[in-house]
Amino acid sequence: MSGAHEQHGRSDHPATEQKGNTPDPTRRDWLFTAGVAVNVAAGLLLAIPLVGFVFASFVERKDPRTWISLGPLDSYPEKATRIAMYRNPYTRPWDGETADIPCWVRRLQGNQFQVFAINCTHLGCPVRWFQESGLFLCPCHGGAYYEDGARAAGPPPRGLYQYNYKVENGQLWVKGGEMPTLSNPV
Amino acid sequence: MNWLRKSAIWLDDRLHLTALYASTAGHEVPASAGSWFYVFGSATLLCFVIQVITGACLAFVYIPSTNEAYTSLEYLNHAQFWGWYLRAVHNWGSNFMVAIMTAHMIQVFLFGAYKYPRELTWVSGIFLLLCTLAMAFTGQVMRFDQDAYWGLTIGASITGRVPLIGSQLVHLLLAGPIIAGETLSRFFTLHVFIIPGLIIAIVSMHLRLVLTKGINEYPKPGHPVHKATYDAEYAEILKKEGVPFVPHAIGKDLIFAGIVIVGILGCALIFGPKGPGGPPNPTLVDTNPRPDFYFLAIFAALALLPDWMEVMVLFIAPAVLLIFLLALPFISGTGEKSARRRPVAVLLVVFAMLVIGVLAYMGQTSPWSPQMSGWSGDAIPVEYVKGRTPLELHGALVFQNKQCRNCHSLGGQGGERGPALDSVATRLTKDEMVRQVIQGGGNMPAYGKKLSPAEVDALVAFMQTLRPKYVPPVRNSDKPENPKPLPRDVAELRSALPRMNR
Repeated sequence: MSGAHEQHGRSDHPATEQKGNTPDPTRRDWLFTAGVAVNVAAGLLLAIPLVGFVFASFVERKDPRTWISLGPLDSYPEKATRIAMYRNPYTRPWDGETADIPCWVRRLQGNQFQVFAINCTHLGCPVRWFQESGLFLCPCHGGAYYEDGARAAGPPPRGLYQYNYKVENGQLWVKGGEMPTLSNPV
Repeated sequence: MNWLRKSAIWLDDRLHLTALYASTAGHEVPASAGSWFYVFGSATLLCFVIQVITGACLAFVYIPSTNEAYTSLEYLNHAQFWGWYLRAVHNWGSNFMVAIMTAHMIQVFLFGAYKYPRELTWVSGIFLLLCTLAMAFTGQVMRFDQDAYWGLTIGASITGRVPLIGSQLVHLLLAGPIIAGETLSRFFTLHVFIIPGLIIAIVSMHLRLVLTKGINEYPKPGHPVHKATYDAEYAEILKKEGVPFVPHAIGKDLIFAGIVIVGILGCALIFGPKGPGGPPNPTLVDTNPRPDFYFLAIFAALALLPDWMEVMVLFIAPAVLLIFLLALPFISGTGEKSARRRPVAVLLVVFAMLVIGVLAYMGQTSPWSPQMSGWSGDAIPVEYVKGRTPLELHGALVFQNKQCRNCHSLGGQGGERGPALDSVATRLTKDEMVRQVIQGGGNMPAYGKKLSPAEVDALVAFMQTLRPKYVPPVRNSDKPENPKPLPRDVAELRSALPRMNR
């Protein structure tokens, strides 16, 4: 206690004599301003990597899509629609079965295909193929599509999303890796 | 005993506990605020505390990785000692929290507690509402099963409809171009760190405002709020009938808190934990995704809206609603507080609750979704088969095989997407049926390419029999009803004439 008093007493000499009236304005103001400035600069230095880390998607826009094989052509009979599955190329080792993405493959004839994304164009639920009625039906809000993917009924604003495809080395390839949405159809 | 007393005084001197107590728990409130209607705020906070405690315990075991999350949930349910029960308490705690928070909001609205000078208490409450709903959505993702996967897909698809930056926002939401490892980590961070942190911060402000601006007195009809006089009136009320919150006004809060805890524990015990449902494997397309209760109303609205209205309802309506809620204390900051003098406010609450309730019910039953197994699973009622011609029977087969049943019910079984066809012959003529089947329309797909002419004939012949026995099939007005053969001779003509004219 007494030590603190002494310290007070000692520093009470010339500079803080006018304590309560006007403290030395220039030095204290300068320290405050400099302190704020240093911290703003440091804050910015911290913010740049933080914002960059969190909002990387706005900066880094590599095309996540690559060509993926859906297997040999023989597995898709002509004039039939079959479900196919691929391992999503945009994947992490800890993804598990969540990275297995299904899609619907319709082989018209020869090398003519239509490969539909599984996602309903309304809100992304998985559409199911009904062979007999030739319709894709969505379990969420009742969207329906014809066998060629065109919108048939219900709330979908457009037909099914279609992958780009190619036939190479006797295999069917699609360009995938992204969840199709209205603002970014595959 | 003297040393005990001394150390208590020493502690109080250092920690200023009595001063803290006097300005918080012991602060004066109007005696009328010790009402059963005033228990919901503290109960919501109680639910939050229960959620934090049980959530922290669950996080001891839960693994936020797409590959392991589902297994760790199963482990919690079946292997971890009391794991199933804590999952159940966390789930029911969230149900209770949303329900009691809604009751709190309605009470505050109907009692005019948002009016001068408690505008910011209301505004901070709105942000707490948003945080709680965000917790509900991210919590649904933590239960990483099929519903969580497709719920995320729905969330991403809605986000993808944002004009211009939709694609970037989807990327931001999912932490990548598609649901993958980082998606779950992102939602885990939101659910466990960021949003709870926000809630603690905003709750602190909310409670601080309750202390500084005082709790709303029980409103009396005919006592409107005036900015010029209210502060003095409130001080007068405190002076006349002010009681310390602890112990004189907290009694009902305590009793309700006890009921809430027992309610949560009881529901958890009786109903158990929710899910997880099927594994989060998108290739299992035989699924029927539904959101948790809190979002069923929105889910239903999205099925029932015409598509040209969807973007408006998805983005503009919530923004308008939010602006209205935030602006409410500033556009109606004075005047009557009592619900007895505010019929519009009461009607607004009734209307909002009816809309949300009916939509949630619709979401639960989802009559707009085709019944995927209707065609193969539902029997044709016997009376629709008995005594039918071979052509009509073949039509019945076409009806089942072509999956008409997924959307149209017979005898109360089947989908409800389209109208029930039990008495379709009393509504549509044969020609209209053919046209409807082949061309579709009115939300029905066209089947022209999928049905041969013979199949259409048979199907329509079957549908012509779908009517009560005593009602004839509907007919075109330009065609005579059952044209009778002309009489062959005079005798027959005579007998056909009414008796009077003979």
